[in-house]
Amino acid sequence: MSNFFKNTDIDTSQAEAIVTKTLKNCDDGELYLENHKSESIVLDDNKIKSSTYNSDQGYGFRAVTGEVVAYSHSNDISKESLRKSSENLKDTLKSKKGTYNHEIPKTNSKYYENINPIESKTFDSKIDLLNSVNNYLRSKGSIVNQVTANFLGEHKSIEIIRSDNQVLKDDRPLVRFNVSVVLEKDGKKETGVYGVGGRQSYDDYLKDGSWKDVCDEAFRIANVNLESKPAPAGEMKVVLGPGWPAILIHEAIGHGLEGDFNRKKTSAFHNLMGQQVASEGVTIVDDGTLHQRRGSLTIDDEGTPTENTVLIENGILKNYMQDRLNARLMGTKSTGSGRRESYKHVVLPRMRNTMMLSGKYSQDEMISSVDKGIFAVSFGGGQVDITSGKFVFNCTEAYEINNGKIGSPIKGATLIGDGPSILKEVSLVGNDMKLDPGIGTCGKAGQGVPVGVAQPSILINKMTVGGTKL
Amino acid sequence: MIREQEFLKDIASYCIENSKKLGATDVGVKVIHSVSENVSFRNKKLDESNRADSFAVNLTTYIEKKKSSINSSDLSKSNLEKLIERCIDATKITPSDENNSLPDKDLMSKEIRDLNLYDETHYPNDKKIEFLKKVEVTASTDEKIVNTEAGFTENKNNFILANSNGFLGGYKTSNFSSSCVAVSTINGAMERDYEFSSTRFLQDMMKPEEIGKIAADKAIKKLGPKKIKSEKIGVIFDKRISKSILSTLASAISASAIARGTSFLKDQINSEVFPKSINIIDDPKIEKALGSQNFDSEGVETNSLKLVENGILKNYLIDTYYGKKLNLKSNGRSGGTTNLYFENGTLSFKDLLNSEKKFLYITETIGHGGNIITGDYSVGASGFMVENGELTYPVSEITIAGNFKEMFKNITLANDLEMKYSTNAPTLLINQMTVAGK
Repeated sequence: MSNFFKNTDIDTSQAEAIVTKTLKNCDDGELYLENHKSESIVLDDNKIKSSTYNSDQGYGFRAVTGEVVAYSHSNDISKESLRKSSENLKDTLKSKKGTYNHEIPKTNSKYYENINPIESKTFDSKIDLLNSVNNYLRSKGSIVNQVTANFLGEHKSIEIIRSDNQVLKDDRPLVRFNVSVVLEKDGKKETGVYGVGGRQSYDDYLKDGSWKDVCDEAFRIANVNLESKPAPAGEMKVVLGPGWPAILIHEAIGHGLEGDFNRKKTSAFHNLMGQQVASEGVTIVDDGTLHQRRGSLTIDDEGTPTENTVLIENGILKNYMQDRLNARLMGTKSTGSGRRESYKHVVLPRMRNTMMLSGKYSQDEMISSVDKGIFAVSFGGGQVDITSGKFVFNCTEAYEINNGKIGSPIKGATLIGDGPSILKEVSLVGNDMKLDPGIGTCGKAGQGVPVGVAQPSILINKMTVGGTKL
Repeated sequence: MIREQEFLKDIASYCIENSKKLGATDVGVKVIHSVSENVSFRNKKLDESNRADSFAVNLTTYIEKKKSSINSSDLSKSNLEKLIERCIDATKITPSDENNSLPDKDLMSKEIRDLNLYDETHYPNDKKIEFLKKVEVTASTDEKIVNTEAGFTENKNNFILANSNGFLGGYKTSNFSSSCVAVSTINGAMERDYEFSSTRFLQDMMKPEEIGKIAADKAIKKLGPKKIKSEKIGVIFDKRISKSILSTLASAISASAIARGTSFLKDQINSEVFPKSINIIDDPKIEKALGSQNFDSEGVETNSLKLVENGILKNYLIDTYYGKKLNLKSNGRSGGTTNLYFENGTLSFKDLLNSEKKFLYITETIGHGGNIITGDYSVGASGFMVENGELTYPVSEITIAGNFKEMFKNITLANDLEMKYSTNAPTLLINQMTVAGK
């Protein structure tokens, strides 16, 4: 029994009938229903700056034939609204005729519990914790200039109704806890940011004083940056630390391996399937099945169970990430990568948890092999032009390496590289793979979805560092 | 179609009355309806059609100096009743903050001027399809173009903003936009570029042929880029990205950044931040313009503001909350700038290109490498080398870096300002930035 049709003038079987009738001559499509509750509580400048609760519900009705997608969405779940959407879809596809593909794999796996993190921790205790964060950080001395901390929690219920009454459901918790601190010393100001999160309750990430670890890490990064010198400019060797720096892989390789760009031949990777695109020691997967991870999904937003997709194996390009539409047009199967930000958005092939697997070298071996270069430990965001393959990401904690030794911290700088060639420049792969702390959001075509990344330390032979010092 | 004011007013009043009944001392609410229709094309064929019909309520309740908010898309009174209750409950237990309040009554917008922001024309999907065909046919004439994507979006919005001090106002706005992305190729390597047009009125849009041609020409020009050597050089920002300098300024002079002490321009009010020749204006009352508004997101009257006059920083962007922290009155910038622009410089585009022997001309930046606290700036870039006033060859896979404080002081503007976005700047030169390449 669906909750979505409670208090409406339509019931499940009537909705199913509209779906089946609308999609009769289509290749694919579904009615996607979503109920999304979220909260944000922000402490800033010694005060609770805002507390916001959001409640959103609606549907997205999609019909697909050939390459054409017709989509209509609304937050009015009613007979009249669905009827209008149905007509709109049929009108767009009136000259097309398709055959509905009823096949969709089933799963009994679940990668997270159906909990509502917003309700599983009291409002008072969230406010208390934010105040504790503020007091704890400010007790570190007058060097602390500004503290911001926030809770972001959500619970999303989705229901997918396909033609002929196939119904698929998922309930997804998600939380994120962030701390940002600004330190000031001798007139110089620097920021440190750290956060944790995933598909569990807040307390799973914060219990036993582990919130202090989050504060300490933000403080440490800011403190390091207070001592930073201008970053060098030009091509040099780069050692990346494990974990979050894997946004390099997300930007450089991940986006270029999404099915839509390759079907449309706009990706720099579209003619490289089966070819060597990385050094031999490099294996990269995109895994939606890790328990409670931020990028994990039991089923994707088309109802396909997620999987662990091998993208690059020992340097050879093996698979793209696919949703149903692009898989059908490319003669392959969905990899459970069809995602959307909300019912207001069409499905696109997207990443989940993108990971480079461990190799055999230690981080020390990498650093000691570098005469002149940089060691990058933490990053802000990144971006890629998938057509030219050029990508960037911003260091938020990095050091110079001189004669095999880690030297002074350097100011935040952008690193730029070329996606299809960068992985051939990876000369050593570390034995220390680490997952990121669960804070990533990926943007594509105006849609943000939660993702994860992981990697071991790696040594890149040559990359351009965008500092100011020549 | 788009709902009328009366319908939205009814919801707004319901929210205010019920919040007060449950104990709110002050209430602010916004009710929005928007309808959007989008058609997209790829390689001269229909790719996607998308229709969106959405409502939103944003409610903030105050109990004395305590404050909490809710947002919802479900306008049914049964849902709103539950959410208002939840909002009041949260307000009661949120710690109070002496700066929380509705805006001063005497600052509120008194009359709503018709700024010509709404074109009721409906452009049916069949017409959009015809338009897009023309865009793509023109974009794909050259055989070096291997892929084209184009889209047309029509938006209609209506809203009501109200508060418990008696303010109530709102109006309709519209937007028509079309864009084209062209992918060019040579020797297996690809480049991508785009053009777009976005206007309040359908009749003001660029011709479809023009959009397609410009996108294709730009994509072809970018083919075969070189990576240049690292060096210090004058960097010219194309109009597409020169406006980002103004967006940075806007973030750095927002009352929140100033009050929190997290701006590289803190304590710079009435100081020379730009060269003497530079004036920067934020004008909300330009007819038909994309950033125009009668009042800000709190209902405070907005008027034209000189942010920078003869190079001197004259005003912050102030809302009610951070205004109180700074002991300043709101100047109607809750929600940010409106139509923000540099007044034109004196040099023509051509003269600017000729003002030195060699420049780097940047047409695109990628990454988010600006730090508002320190002013440090480092982003990925692509564009062209300029030698003796001519664009000689395309350049990519480089970064440009500097510090905004220095960059601001070394700006020279051309005189080719155009009002294409809500934030607009002419072509501009920044003397000496560090370029990292080979």
